Amino acid sequence: MKTATVVVGAGHSGLAVSRRLTERSIDHVVIERGEVANSWRTQRWDSLRLLTPNWQSRLPGHAYGDNGSGDPDGYMSMPEVVGFMSDYARLIDAPICTGTTVASVRSRGAGYIVDTDRGRWECDTVVLASGGFNVAKIPELGGAPPEGIASLSAFEYRNPDRLAPGGVLVVGASATGVQIADEVHRSGRPVTVAVGEHVRMPRLYRGRDVLWWMERSGLFDERYDEVDDVVRVRRTPSPQLVGTPQRVTLDLNALTDQGVRLVGRLAALRGSEALLSGSLANKCELADLKQGRLLDTFDEWAESSGLDEVGPPERFAPIRVPPSPPLKLDLARGEISTIIWATGFKPDYSWLDVPVLDHKGQIRHDGGVVTESPGLYVIGLNFLRRRKSSFICGAADDSRDLVSHLAGHLDSLVPA
Amino acid sequence: MTTETADNGVNVQHLLEARQALTEARDAAQFTWKATNEWLNGTHSRSSVDSYHGLGAEHQHRSTFSFEADHPLVFGAEDNAATPVELVLAGLASCLTAGVAAVAQNREIQLRSVKATLEGSMDILGILGGDPDVRNGFNDVKVSYDIDADATAEEIRALVAQSQKRSAVYDIITNPTNVTVEVN
Repeated sequence: MKTATVVVGAGHSGLAVSRRLTERSIDHVVIERGEVANSWRTQRWDSLRLLTPNWQSRLPGHAYGDNGSGDPDGYMSMPEVVGFMSDYARLIDAPICTGTTVASVRSRGAGYIVDTDRGRWECDTVVLASGGFNVAKIPELGGAPPEGIASLSAFEYRNPDRLAPGGVLVVGASATGVQIADEVHRSGRPVTVAVGEHVRMPRLYRGRDVLWWMERSGLFDERYDEVDDVVRVRRTPSPQLVGTPQRVTLDLNALTDQGVRLVGRLAALRGSEALLSGSLANKCELADLKQGRLLDTFDEWAESSGLDEVGPPERFAPIRVPPSPPLKLDLARGEISTIIWATGFKPDYSWLDVPVLDHKGQIRHDGGVVTESPGLYVIGLNFLRRRKSSFICGAADDSRDLVSHLAGHLDSLVPA
Repeated sequence: MTTETADNGVNVQHLLEARQALTEARDAAQFTWKATNEWLNGTHSRSSVDSYHGLGAEHQHRSTFSFEADHPLVFGAEDNAATPVELVLAGLASCLTAGVAAVAQNREIQLRSVKATLEGSMDILGILGGDPDVRNGFNDVKVSYDIDADATAEEIRALVAQSQKRSAVYDIITNPTNVTVEVN
């Protein structure tokens, strides 16, 4: 089968790209291993809601509440996300091959061959929209948890009821870690969180959602070629946010208030012991200072733009760091029965047979344009083109830019 | 508050260029730091540092540096030099202070004075073998900085926090390291 463009993945990024291609009458197909929004259906825990408020869920030609219903300030549950994206796929009439798994993508001549379990596609261009969060990143710690301790990644976690009774060590304190720690602790299982580098944010600031501030102040639109160190910002962990009907802030103080125990970063597993870093105080200090700078930026923007629809500036209490957090946990003592790894995710490119990965397995690209392999594009990664790139609303602008580039590339292939 | 012409004597450009070059040449980034040590008498010994390996080659320091260490009078020793654990505090302080200067330079913050005071608390029953439940090392290390610079209090705290984030000795002290000791 032949087409101009193969899009790999029918999540929000792939669908947005499909819509942009259709706008330009570029023949294409979207290949999806499962159903539309597959990762949202199959790889998320039960209670998860989006971090972004509903009003921010905008894709090209579609936005939350277009039918006049729903709470614009709420946060979608996973079934709602799946519904939102399925509606979008129908609305844009995306040419999706569901239940089709890509086995390999490789270049041939000026184009690409995409082999799937349901046949081969020959195309001029490929857009990788399979997401940046396919595989759990679990650190090498020089050992494994002892026998009898359940060890699961955030992808495998569903709800506290499926966990064994007893204590739970949550490794990581970004969005995933703090949300799972909160929920598991509420189930009556004592939770310890190993805290490394993290990004602290209040849910509401001066009466508005913090992501409203990110968007309105222009920070969300900051471009990848405008920041000092794009490698660093692309590695920045997800902010400690949770989407709840109560719009609560879920920072480390909120966890401490519940009785969750904070310890340093998990540094090594040796025998039955988990060794913890003595750096907890500085990790919290860094996050407090960074939050302060972010709020300063918001305040300066509010002042300079004469904003009067918000409350007065606020500052939040520093994170309370326990005076002498333990430096090791004896995993054989029975205190901990489960370890949950909330240590981040990475993309899966095991099927990509084009040599464009760096030594860490990340794709080399310039704002989503894989310059080493003309006609190849990637979308949906952290800070791909803008700070908001990995959010649903980021797909709207990124898909426009990338499809514009892609159309130019297709034009260049036409013999003069 | 910052000045365009901050000069703390740190060649930040060199460091930034090195980072760029070494990100692409991973082998050259592999360094080995070395020291030798010789017993003098009692608990008194002398360490020497004269070379290190890095950037794919052996490098000589501009001269051989030596550091003596001993135990104090209260341990029945001669107190000829600082104790080894005090040298560890000195190493931590030097590393953090170097980091403060480098980060300040990179952020164009002029430093006027940077002073650190360190305390490492220890229950010496551990090293004396008097209580198997007491560790040998520090229970706690406290570092206190007094910094005078062209910057706000928050910016100065951020310098010190960033310095810890990038400090080798801070990492060495706060995280476990495999140590192999052989006898030839």
